[in-house]
Amino acid sequence: MTESVLINLSNAILFLPVLGFVVTLLLGKKIKSIYLFEVFILTIVLLASIVLAFGKLSYFPDDKITAEFEWFRLTDTFAIKLGFLIDNITVLMLFVVALISGLVHYFSIAYMKGDERYNRYFAYLGLFTFSMNGIVLTHSIIMMYMFWELVGLSSYLLIGFWFEKKSAADAGKKAFLVNRIGDTGMLIGILILYLTYHTFSFDQIFASISAGVLPFNSDFWLSVTGVLLFMGAIGKSAQFPLHVWLPDAMEGPTPVSALIHAATMVAAGVYLTIRIFGLLTADAMMFIAIIGMLSAFIPATIALTQNDIKKVLAYSTVSQLGYMVMALGVGAYKFAFFHLVTHAFFKACLFLGSGSVIHAMHHEQDIRNMGGLRKKMPLTYATFLISSLAVSGIPLTSGFLSKDGILASTFAFGSLTGYWIFAVVGLLVAMLTAFYMFRLVVITFHGEPRDHHKFEHAHESPFVMTMPLTVLAILSIFIFYTPNPVSAEQGWFLTKWIDSPEVHTPNSTRFDFMQSNIVEQASLSGHGEIMYSEQYTEAMHSAHYPAMFLSLFFAVLGILTAFTFYQWKKVNVDKLVASVKPLYNFSLNKWFFDEFYQKTFVAGLFGLSKIMYWFDSKIVDGIVNGSATVTHALSIFMGGFDKYVVDGLVNFMAYLSGFFGLLFRRVQTGKVQTYIVLVIFSIIIFFFFL
Amino acid sequence: MEVGLNHFLVVSTLLFSMGIYAIVTRKNAILVLMGIELILNSANINFIAFSRFGNFGLQGHLIALFVIVLAAAEAAIALAIVLNIYKTLSTVNIDEIDNLKD
Repeated sequence: MTESVLINLSNAILFLPVLGFVVTLLLGKKIKSIYLFEVFILTIVLLASIVLAFGKLSYFPDDKITAEFEWFRLTDTFAIKLGFLIDNITVLMLFVVALISGLVHYFSIAYMKGDERYNRYFAYLGLFTFSMNGIVLTHSIIMMYMFWELVGLSSYLLIGFWFEKKSAADAGKKAFLVNRIGDTGMLIGILILYLTYHTFSFDQIFASISAGVLPFNSDFWLSVTGVLLFMGAIGKSAQFPLHVWLPDAMEGPTPVSALIHAATMVAAGVYLTIRIFGLLTADAMMFIAIIGMLSAFIPATIALTQNDIKKVLAYSTVSQLGYMVMALGVGAYKFAFFHLVTHAFFKACLFLGSGSVIHAMHHEQDIRNMGGLRKKMPLTYATFLISSLAVSGIPLTSGFLSKDGILASTFAFGSLTGYWIFAVVGLLVAMLTAFYMFRLVVITFHGEPRDHHKFEHAHESPFVMTMPLTVLAILSIFIFYTPNPVSAEQGWFLTKWIDSPEVHTPNSTRFDFMQSNIVEQASLSGHGEIMYSEQYTEAMHSAHYPAMFLSLFFAVLGILTAFTFYQWKKVNVDKLVASVKPLYNFSLNKWFFDEFYQKTFVAGLFGLSKIMYWFDSKIVDGIVNGSATVTHALSIFMGGFDKYVVDGLVNFMAYLSGFFGLLFRRVQTGKVQTYIVLVIFSIIIFFFFL
Repeated sequence: MEVGLNHFLVVSTLLFSMGIYAIVTRKNAILVLMGIELILNSANINFIAFSRFGNFGLQGHLIALFVIVLAAAEAAIALAIVLNIYKTLSTVNIDEIDNLKD
């Protein structure tokens, strides 16, 4: 196993899906079973990513492997280089993407059966896998931006896959446009970076920051750059002000929701933040933490009242992404990535499980029409239950480990800086999450069937659908990450697989606990600086158990509440809802975000357009028409001048010539004697005057 | 009364004027030709007179002789032209010969 093998494997992982995409798209209409080629390609990609992860983690656990080549050169100093940066996070993320993508391919074989654009669907999946792998593998911010837009495109194509439905087409458009807002900020951030460092490569940018070069020579602009880059993550990861597109994106096919809008693409924002973590200042991190906190809390409250099975999961996704972002904001770099991985598995499992239910119920998505499905679909139920436990943070699951880590980090952050708000909101969201997840489980799978006709026809899904569910549910168990079911601190995932983050910002701009006072470790690592101080490690250590017990307490409280409300029916839910009607409506209508945006930004845009239209039609057109009128009048004047003055002069000359001609022709008598008389008189006059 | 240069010049001028008059007023082409002869001869008188009174030697006589020869040649050619005109237009009346107008 050498480095070049790893690089070649990465190339294969990146470009094989393109082959699948092109072949499937081109031959899709001719060969009905060409989708199998795409599935086969993804199987190979999955195997390759396993080999790559294994090779990287066992042979080069501490190395950063980079490879780059020059794509094109515009001037002597400006050249765009493409390349790979393969570290442990890269290979883990690649494995997650390849695995979930592969499982979603299998799942889709049965789920999408009978669709008229069956092959095209698989082609789009291939395109998406390619773009996502590009984001993960890249070594430079500009290449990431390119693939960033490509995942945006494939997401748009897949959300609007059933574009005959107006709502699906609109949702695709909305996702695309909302993402643009974030991407604009990201692009500005990239341009600032290039302006300052004349390179796009992460490593070189970080090296320059370590050397003390800052954008516009100010700490403030470094923070601004970090926030601008993070704006890309706000859009792509559906964070607080721009989260509105993700629930609408559920119009796409359910496996797509599992792959793109739960596990991988929306996590790209978190991945981006992880990649740029080294240049985030304390101010930028504070901003990120607040955005993450709001994104964790607001969607969690919305999810409480939603009745569409996929909408609940969508809001849950936004909320969990908010968790990850908040974790990055409070400096819990490792736990953010840990949660990204565990969340990818259990949320993909939940979405595919909901896909299985929707498939069985013949495209019924409203949970009020479900119920009692436990008996009909035991395997789906079991996997759904395991992943629900994971997302709620119950011990023995992976979700417990990562969530607990994040909560412990917020506790440590609170004790070190005094901002306890993140810990409080984190616990609250943990309870809300447990409640709405088990509300979903109970209403969907427990109790009596509410729609007997559909219930009679419901059936367990075929093997290609249950197999991915099983795999993902198994991966939601703690044992894959750490041997200790209550703490991941000493597990191989956190100690061996993930590198400690390096921070390159000037000391004065960091949080106090991120000052690097461990000199030996810094020199050992060879590049950058290890970020955590002893103080932080101690705070984490002491925060671990309180956080664990509190989070467990709140999670169990949430689950019990859900069971009390919906399983044992000890409390009359309708009455409770009636007593807090305004709050309930506020949540049911998603905090009126869509209406608010409609009234402000969309209406504002329309108003602006109208003003522009008015300006265009009155002022601009007025100027144009006015100048046309002036020109017209001038032309008429010129025409008159031409006709009467110029032509008149010409005609007058002609007339004059004619007149003199008539006058002098009298002299031309043809009689020699007249001529002679004239000659003689002329001579006499001539002599006389001389 | 001594006959001097002025007397010759007066005679010559009279002859010249009569020649011009003939050319301008006569309708017959042959009479016009005769007018031309008168003009030529008035010129001859001038030459001889200036030669005699002006101390030019024999140059005046010589040119006068030359003019007489020239007049004979001119009369021959002009009469031939008049004959041809008569053949073509059946007239020698100058007022009717205005083909030059066209």
